[in-house]
Amino acid sequence: MAHLLLRHRDIPDIGKMDVYQKNGGFEAFKKAVTGMKPQEVTDAVKASGLRGRGGAGFPTGVKWSFIPNSIWPHYVVANADESEPGTFKDREIMESNPFQFLEGVAIAAYATGANAAYVYLRGEFWTVATILDEKIAEMEKAGFLGDKLFGTDFSLRIYTHLGAGAYICGEETALLESIEGKRGLPRIRPPFPAVYGLYGKPTVVNNVETLINVPLIIEKGADWYKSLGTADSAGVKIFSLSGHVNQPGNYELPFGITFRELIYKYGGGVPDNRPVKAIMAAGASSAMIVADDKALDTPMDYASVRGLGADLGSASVIVINDTVSLEWVISKTIHFFTHESCGKCTPCREGTYWMLHLIERIERGEDVKANTELLNSVARQIQNKCLCPLGEFSTMAPTTAIERFPADFTPSPAGGKHG
Amino acid sequence: MLAEKYPEEVKKIFAKYPPEQKRSAVMPLLYLAQRDEGFVTKAALEDIAQILDITSTDVAEIVGFYTLYHDKKAGKYRMQVCTDLPCALRGADKFLEELCSNLGVKVGETTPDEMITVEAVMCLAGCDKAPMFQVQSPDGITYHENMTVDKTMELVAALRKSGKEVK
Repeated sequence: MAHLLLRHRDIPDIGKMDVYQKNGGFEAFKKAVTGMKPQEVTDAVKASGLRGRGGAGFPTGVKWSFIPNSIWPHYVVANADESEPGTFKDREIMESNPFQFLEGVAIAAYATGANAAYVYLRGEFWTVATILDEKIAEMEKAGFLGDKLFGTDFSLRIYTHLGAGAYICGEETALLESIEGKRGLPRIRPPFPAVYGLYGKPTVVNNVETLINVPLIIEKGADWYKSLGTADSAGVKIFSLSGHVNQPGNYELPFGITFRELIYKYGGGVPDNRPVKAIMAAGASSAMIVADDKALDTPMDYASVRGLGADLGSASVIVINDTVSLEWVISKTIHFFTHESCGKCTPCREGTYWMLHLIERIERGEDVKANTELLNSVARQIQNKCLCPLGEFSTMAPTTAIERFPADFTPSPAGGKHG
Repeated sequence: MLAEKYPEEVKKIFAKYPPEQKRSAVMPLLYLAQRDEGFVTKAALEDIAQILDITSTDVAEIVGFYTLYHDKKAGKYRMQVCTDLPCALRGADKFLEELCSNLGVKVGETTPDEMITVEAVMCLAGCDKAPMFQVQSPDGITYHENMTVDKTMELVAALRKSGKEVK
C-alpha cells in the first residue's frame, strides 16, 4: 500500500509546494474552511477514531471538542519535542513531508477556532525548524496562511518555537510553560490545557504524527480512515524500530501487525540471527516484554499490547537480543530519566536519583540481591505520586525487568553486560 | 547589546508572540546571545532581562534548566554523542570511547586548540542511525548519523579548518 503519512517514500519531492499541490495538497484544508463548519471538522475527526500518536492514545476529536467557546483566543500547539529514547518519527515527517503536517495543524486550528498555532520543536531540531520556517513562508505566499483565507473570515498564522534540550517539555503543560518563557515544569491539572493552556487560554496540544493524519480524514472521510487498522486502534501508525535489528527505521503500517512481522519481515531480523530476548514497545518508558512466541505473535494495537503487561505508547520498538543483560538496559533508562527529571515533584527527583545510585551498586556487584529489592521498592514509591507521567515512566523498565528477568539481577547476570 | 547588534532578528522573534507576552522571547533571545561566544555571558543575561522586563535571575534559571544553553566557555564545536539505550545497542558507548581516545580527551573535555568539546548527551531522536551525534556551534546545530570514528575524525579536521578561518 502506498504510504499515507510518509508519502515522501513514494513521492520524493512531496516537500515542494508545487508537488504537494499536484498531489492533492491543501484541498482538505480548503474543503474544511470553505465547506464545513468547525464542529463538522471536529465531528469527522471524532468519528474517524483517530487517537493521539504521542503515546497516550487519547481520542483526538474528543480532545478538540473540549475547547470552550466562552473563552478566547484559542491556540493550537503541535508537540514536536520528540525526545524519548526510541522515538524518531516526527523528525522524518517534518523533514520530508512538512506540508501535510502543517496542513494538519491548519485544519486543527480551523476546527478549534484558533488564529495562531505554534510548533514546539526540541532545540536539537534546529535544521527541522529552518525547514518548517521556509515552508510556512511558502504557505503564506500561496495564500494558505494569513488573513481571510479562501475569502472567508478565518485567519491563521503558524510559528515555530525551539526548545533547548529538555525531555520534560514533551509533557504538554511543561511544553506550554516553555513557550511562555519559563522552565519546563508540568502544571497541576485540572485545569487542563483545553481550558487553561497557552497564556491561560484554551489550547489543543497534538503530536506531529496525530496532526499529519488529519488532512486524510477530511479528504477521504472518517469511514475510510476507520476501515484501516483494528476496531480498537483505527488508522495507520508509524512504528519506529531500533536496537538489535538489521534494518532499523520508521515503518508505516496498519495497527495490528505483529511484533514478529515488524522485526523479521520489515526490520530484516536480528543481526547474527540471535534470538530476541526483550522488547520495549514504547521507548525507554516501556514495560519490558519477554520476547517469547506469544509476545512475538501479538498484534500491535493498544489493547493487545496491554495484554502483555505493557503499552504500545508511541510505538517506538526497541529490540534487545540475548547478549545483553537487562541490568545494563535499565541502568541506561534510569540514567536518562534521572537526567531529565525536572525536579518539581520530590518522588521523581529523589527517586530517580536513588534508583541511579542503586543500579550502579548492582552493576558493581555490591550486595546485588538487597540492592535489587531496594531499587524495586524505591521505584514503587515513585509510582502514582507525581504530577506528570515522567516519574511513572522512569519506573516501568526497572520494575518489570526485575520482575520478568530475575536471572539478570544476580551477581553474575545472564547475558553479557553491554550492548 | 542584542537589540542593536541583531535588530532584524530581534524584531522577527518578537513578531512570533502576542505583544503582551514578551517573556516568550527568552529562549530565542538566548540562542541569539550564544551566537557570539558560544555561551551566555553575564552581560547578555542582564541585557535579555532588560529587554523582557524580567530579572536576570529569571533568565539565568532558563539557562540552567535547558541543556543547550551554556554559561561557560567550551570548544567552538560541541560534539554531543548520544549514548542512550537504542544508540548504545548499536555501539555508541564504544564509539564515544574510541572518539575520545583519538582526540586525546575525556568525555566533557575540550581539545587543547579549543575547537572540540566532546560530550555524552541524552537521546537525539536518531536511534535508527546510530552511532550519531550533533555538533552544536555558536550559530546552530547539525546532525551526523551512521558515523564511524574515521568519518568523525575527517569531520573534526574540517571543523578545525573552518573554525580557524572564522577566527
